[in-house]
Amino acid sequence: MNGHTTAEKILANSADLEEVWPGDHIICKVDMAMAHDMGTPSIIDYFKEMEVDNVWDTSKIVCVMDHIAPSHHVADADSKVSIRKFIQETGIQNFYDVGSGISHNILPEYGHIRPGELVVGTDSHTTSHGTFGAAGTGLGYTEMAYVLATGETWLRVPETIKFEFEGEFNKWVGAKDLILHIAGEYGTDFGQYKSIEYTGGPIDSMELDDRFMFPNMSVELGAKFGFTPTDSKVTDYINKRTDIPYKSRDADADASYDEIYQVDVGSISPKISTPHKVGNVVDVGDVENIKLDQVFIGSCTNGKFQDLKIAAEILNGKQIAKGMRLIVTPASRAIYSRALKGGIIDVLTDSGAVVTNSTCGACVGRGMGIIGEGEVCLAAMNRNFRGRMGSYKSDIYLSSVATAAASSITGMITDPRRKL
Amino acid sequence: MKGVAYVFGDDISTDAIIPTDYTHGSTIDYKYVFDPVRPGFADEIEKGDIVVAGKNFGCGSSRESAPIAMQLSGVSGVVAESFSRIFYRNAIAIGLPVITAKRITEFVSEGNEIEINLDTGIILNNTTGVEIEGESMPREIQSIFEAGGLINHYKLNKDEKEVEK
Repeated sequence: MNGHTTAEKILANSADLEEVWPGDHIICKVDMAMAHDMGTPSIIDYFKEMEVDNVWDTSKIVCVMDHIAPSHHVADADSKVSIRKFIQETGIQNFYDVGSGISHNILPEYGHIRPGELVVGTDSHTTSHGTFGAAGTGLGYTEMAYVLATGETWLRVPETIKFEFEGEFNKWVGAKDLILHIAGEYGTDFGQYKSIEYTGGPIDSMELDDRFMFPNMSVELGAKFGFTPTDSKVTDYINKRTDIPYKSRDADADASYDEIYQVDVGSISPKISTPHKVGNVVDVGDVENIKLDQVFIGSCTNGKFQDLKIAAEILNGKQIAKGMRLIVTPASRAIYSRALKGGIIDVLTDSGAVVTNSTCGACVGRGMGIIGEGEVCLAAMNRNFRGRMGSYKSDIYLSSVATAAASSITGMITDPRRKL
Repeated sequence: MKGVAYVFGDDISTDAIIPTDYTHGSTIDYKYVFDPVRPGFADEIEKGDIVVAGKNFGCGSSRESAPIAMQLSGVSGVVAESFSRIFYRNAIAIGLPVITAKRITEFVSEGNEIEINLDTGIILNNTTGVEIEGESMPREIQSIFEAGGLINHYKLNKDEKEVEK
């Protein structure tokens, strides 16, 4: 008998079935649902249309004001007024207002994520929760209205791809360079409708902050879910934050995979995604002369504590290039606070950086560092689609935090190994 | 379903379909649909026209504003070589037909009149006479689509459940 992958085990449990196989369409019970400030206004409209007054479970819904936070258009401020009213009326228990942070970072921080559970959110990067052994995936607003009313959603059981990493990273090369390498090598749709499991020594020895990169960026490869193993680093983190019992459902040793890929991480050098696709990946060395107007370090992908720590390590005692902006956006208030107490925010501010409150902000083109016509931004974030950060006539390059920080000193794209 | 084809390339993101700047709360300024990659699209198309695209259509965010903006502008359906999963689900949830057809961009050129049979997934290029085999929507979710979207599907089933009681 064949065993099952992580996705198959979690989905079988959610559908109350003995086992499920790739290609099955099933109705799943959702363990946790997240809606943010860009999605909730539509959800409120749909609730009216559906003539629903009550949500299915007030304890299993989290609402986060992260996308446009704080508001800078009256229309967005008005939306938040109706969202807060909706939260009161429905009695949704978990509400995180402006400044709390980005949903994908604060859901685990506040104990809303547990291994083995199914999490859906009105945001594509909901895949991030695979860092904690949970099957997370994005839904739209109509579908979320349906989930909030019924606690259920349909899913197609995905095939699974497995990555086996080995070797050791070179200095100033890490998780972001590896995931960009994968996007460049295998394409941004090779994981379409699938689940991806990332395994091996380099993953085991990583901090959770860095592991987060793989489930988080899995959506950029087209995937439905992304997972790293549920080891003691994960369970220690989770147990400090929740009393609700859970059962981890990591893949069986004899699970069947669609494809298995091996990558020696020691062969990876710092990578850059060039405009306007995440999959347009080159070595930093190939684009080193490109002049920058802005460097951005932030988003659910690169606004974590380890990211800010690396930025501060590189920028310590240095100044950013003249005529250039560096915007740093910690992913959550807890991260911001920890960086503040550790002196990291001081270092960044002294170097000339603008440190913003925790928000999706510039990464969704909704404030806190959007760019204008003809401008070039090097961003440690997740997407470089045309118009993502503001003007359609601007260019976004993606990199690791180390490359972004080193480049902010020179004012042009720079290999962190050369600079440091 | 029959309409004039507007052909797009690979990896058209939700940011390219409707820039977030044109959405506030639940209102969408659909006149800017495809503005980053094809300015003036909303003025060009006529109700019923069909979007034909390459691989990974609708990649990126979970913003439902993308298929809604297309629907509001008059697009009656999308045929793509592959879809990003969230866009695909969102389209079904709002009742916008989505058909996957490998190599469709080789067989349909801009301005061709195409006809889609949603039950079989067969696409007929009336301009060239070529017939292309696409995949219809999975049987299991066709009922959502047939109800006119997920909201109507919910209301229909709710009524049925109440009748049973």
